[in-house]
Amino acid sequence: MIRIAVLLLALALFPLVAGEYYINLASQIMIAALFAASLNLLVGYGGMTSLGHATYLGLSAYVSAWTFLKLGVGHASAAAIALFATTATACVFGWLALRASGLSFLMITLALSQVLWGLGYRWVNVTNGDNGLSGLTRPAPFGINLDDSSAYYYFALSVVSAALWVVARFVDSPFGASLRGTRDQPRRMSALGFDVWRIRWLTFVFSAFLAAVAGLLYVYYHKYMHPSALAISSSAEVLLGVIAGGSGTLVGPVIGAALVLLLKNYASAYIERWNTLMGVVFVLIVMFMPDGLVPGIRRLWAKLRPELK
Amino acid sequence: MTPALSIDNLSKSFGGLPATRNVSIDILPGERRLIIGPNGAGKTTLFNLITGDLEADAGRIRLFGSDVTALPTHRRAHLGLARTYQIITLFNRDSIAHNLALGLLGLSPRRHQMFTPLARHADLRAQTLATLERVGLAHLADRPVTAISYGEKRRVEIALALAQRPKLLLLDEPLAGLSLEERAAVQSLIAAIPRETTIVMIEHDMDVALEFAERITLLHYGEVLADGSRAEVVANPRTREVYLGH
Repeated sequence: MIRIAVLLLALALFPLVAGEYYINLASQIMIAALFAASLNLLVGYGGMTSLGHATYLGLSAYVSAWTFLKLGVGHASAAAIALFATTATACVFGWLALRASGLSFLMITLALSQVLWGLGYRWVNVTNGDNGLSGLTRPAPFGINLDDSSAYYYFALSVVSAALWVVARFVDSPFGASLRGTRDQPRRMSALGFDVWRIRWLTFVFSAFLAAVAGLLYVYYHKYMHPSALAISSSAEVLLGVIAGGSGTLVGPVIGAALVLLLKNYASAYIERWNTLMGVVFVLIVMFMPDGLVPGIRRLWAKLRPELK
Repeated sequence: MTPALSIDNLSKSFGGLPATRNVSIDILPGERRLIIGPNGAGKTTLFNLITGDLEADAGRIRLFGSDVTALPTHRRAHLGLARTYQIITLFNRDSIAHNLALGLLGLSPRRHQMFTPLARHADLRAQTLATLERVGLAHLADRPVTAISYGEKRRVEIALALAQRPKLLLLDEPLAGLSLEERAAVQSLIAAIPRETTIVMIEHDMDVALEFAERITLLHYGEVLADGSRAEVVANPRTREVYLGH
């Protein structure tokens, strides 16, 4: 509890000492962290590896952008419509993907996300294709202008920390315990009276809803929407973050998402083939800490601690 | 009296190979039934059909008078059916108490709650400890499953089913792989289960489980070869044929 309070205080003070570039980078990291945390519910706690999670971030961002631009509704209504449309889509996509499990599940999530990515590029009337949707603005909740980078940072910080708190409660709840049970012993869970399919489906939908929240933060931040957000590389990046950081832990995906974003930002400034560098980093993580950075470092710490004393 | 379990002409094949052939069994409430048969006789397949893990090709299954043939596994659990597995099937990443808590949640409407931490359900914890007390494992409540012995895991298997206060309990070779001492512990644990619970037990080794049985069903190549009281089945020449091979 104290550690969380200290962390929140440090995050709250960050914009007072950091430059604009770093404040913006931190906002992007928080958005990526929420996105990764949402996928982690599926991958880490549910044992359902999805390679199509960008669908829900991207769809929510597109719907919000499109309703704002073309229907001329306010930000609040656009956000509500986006969250509703994305969650409804996840109800159907989850129902389809959960016909299968394991690798087949992964392939269906991938196929469905490719359909949306294709629409993003080709349905030019709606998405403006490769040119993307521009002319967007940030919302002004309670009349606070979010165009300033610090103001947006605080906005993202409040939304993301609230969402992560909800995730933490969800994971600790009886339902969360059931979800982990279906990951470890699905047959036994059925025999104990749990509806395994329903648990998985509800988790799928909830995970997509959280990704949709991240999608809103994403489109507000960039004030622009391009189909690449729906691409398989986005889905793969967030999955890499979850696995590298430590799936099935609360902190792991946050660290993993930060790592991916920092690598992308810094490495791409110096090396043209930053993708290769990212690949090497992940191979190293998987080789030396197969269950991810956070569990790996915890284990290392537990080993070193007695020796340091 | 309505049977606790009534199986009527049940059949199941795997790719043309029959595993269960026209099996009909009636088990009365409170009964202790032993199902014996050599390897491959279809004993576990029969359990999987009763629980709904497998779907029958033909025939009917009734639990306490209601037809469950088309009911999914989890719904059957809510009618009072519980089982243990031949191969230990526990939640290895968790503590023993957490394992049992899942068993209690399975039948409780609280399993749908998504916001209150599990740890705050204090009555669940109390019930968990009471069940562990019954099987003599209360002192291990907070140990991870991976840190206890094989014999203790067998007892957790049974405790997980008992936590649900089942009306019908299916035990799949609960004595398999145990030392003499551990076997005695599990046997007395099973003997202490109250009569409200009907018990069907699979055992491969007949000598081990004979004293438990009131009635015995002998399966061979998926068929019921003999069915009756302990004395009848033991005296049946076909039992000797199957078990001694001549």
